[in-house]
Amino acid sequence: MAKLARSPWVVHYNCNSCNGCDIEFLACLTPMYDAERFGVLHVGNPKHADVLVVTGSVNHRNARVLRNVYDQMPDPKVVVALGVCTSSGGIFAGCYNVFGGVEKVLPVDVFVPGCPPRPEAILDGIVKAAARLGAKIRGETPPPVEKPKAAFQPAAVPEEKK
Amino acid sequence: MEALLAFVVAWKPYVLAAAALVVAPVIGALLMGLDRILTARIQGRVGPPLLQPFYDIVKLLGKAPIALNRVQVVYACLHLALMMLVVVLLAMGQDLMMILFVHAFSNIALILGGMSVRSPYSRIGSQRQIMQMLAYEPILVLMVVGIYLIFGTFQISRIPAGGVPLLVQLPLVFLAFQMVISIKLQKSPFDVSTSHHAHQEIVKGITIEYSGPYLAVIEITHLYETCVLFTVVALFWAPNPLVGLLLAALSFLFQIVLDNACARLTTMWMLRYMWTLPMVLAVSNIAWLYLRNGASLG
Repeated sequence: MAKLARSPWVVHYNCNSCNGCDIEFLACLTPMYDAERFGVLHVGNPKHADVLVVTGSVNHRNARVLRNVYDQMPDPKVVVALGVCTSSGGIFAGCYNVFGGVEKVLPVDVFVPGCPPRPEAILDGIVKAAARLGAKIRGETPPPVEKPKAAFQPAAVPEEKK
Repeated sequence: MEALLAFVVAWKPYVLAAAALVVAPVIGALLMGLDRILTARIQGRVGPPLLQPFYDIVKLLGKAPIALNRVQVVYACLHLALMMLVVVLLAMGQDLMMILFVHAFSNIALILGGMSVRSPYSRIGSQRQIMQMLAYEPILVLMVVGIYLIFGTFQISRIPAGGVPLLVQLPLVFLAFQMVISIKLQKSPFDVSTSHHAHQEIVKGITIEYSGPYLAVIEITHLYETCVLFTVVALFWAPNPLVGLLLAALSFLFQIVLDNACARLTTMWMLRYMWTLPMVLAVSNIAWLYLRNGASLG
């Protein structure tokens, strides 16, 4: 029943992103890339959505808001973490205010690497998320996800600054 | 087999009504899927599969029910139930005026559902829906009045099947009715209370607080309504159903082209427009009928 995964409605939340991923994500939804052929609709309302697309390194101020958006989505639902910031913090990694990773706040289903990711990668991520959504609808537990291998690793904090 | 046939003949109106209740949403969903494909082709892309509305509704029905209050759920179900009653009344050939009122009550249920929550977006959507009803209801009433002037009855079952098609006698009302369809299908330039597109904007208002199966109920109602509207268009050429279907297809194409060619306009613009050009068209058609029939009815 792959048909269960044919209607991923997407809501997008910017968590402290530099806006690069957000611009790429919105550009990816234009007629040029035709996301609607996979049944993707950008609904902008968590109550209608199945897929939460998060961009940016989550920080202490907006983690609560992100959690709130996630809680408003009816089950079953999946989370797509867009861009390198969402997996490690990206160029903000190690900053005093960022969590550096969406998985510290929400259970992430797909990590899409890139800074910003290419539109093809974003669409691929949403389609993979839709497949996991289908598995969740059938009552299966999808396998755990791995972070992108090439993710930026924050430098060690110098001894004198500890 | 013969027993079944005898049953169908004996209970014909009820069998027709039951069949219409099953077939109408399927036709509505196929029309909606076709609409999405045609819109995509106009925009130079491939678009979703034809059965996409089915996938959407099945998915919505399978989601966890979240409601803000019970009233909201009651109004969503009432919206669907009254629209199904419209389909039943139409299939059984009942009173046109009654159908019009039940249809209006179905929309009022949607408005009350939008008003029953505290979200300002939902309430703005409801208010805009009221303005929409204010814009299109007079045209619908004038259409029914026109049909009465021609046949001398509101009862659909008493309208003779043959004779001169309605389109020949109500051409201007037909044009005004196209604008009503554009409003009812939530299409540009009149998609002010909720819209097929622009999900992020205020125009998605009236359904914003519905989710999962309750949103599916509203979507199914919309499928019923779509089917009813194009059935009425087809009835404008009742003597030959094939020409009627062609008329409905042309009207459908016109709606899609209009939707893709127009930007969304403001609520007040819609009201002003509907109360001027389509209203003048409909009224002059009715006046012509009245003058023509003057001697016989007077």
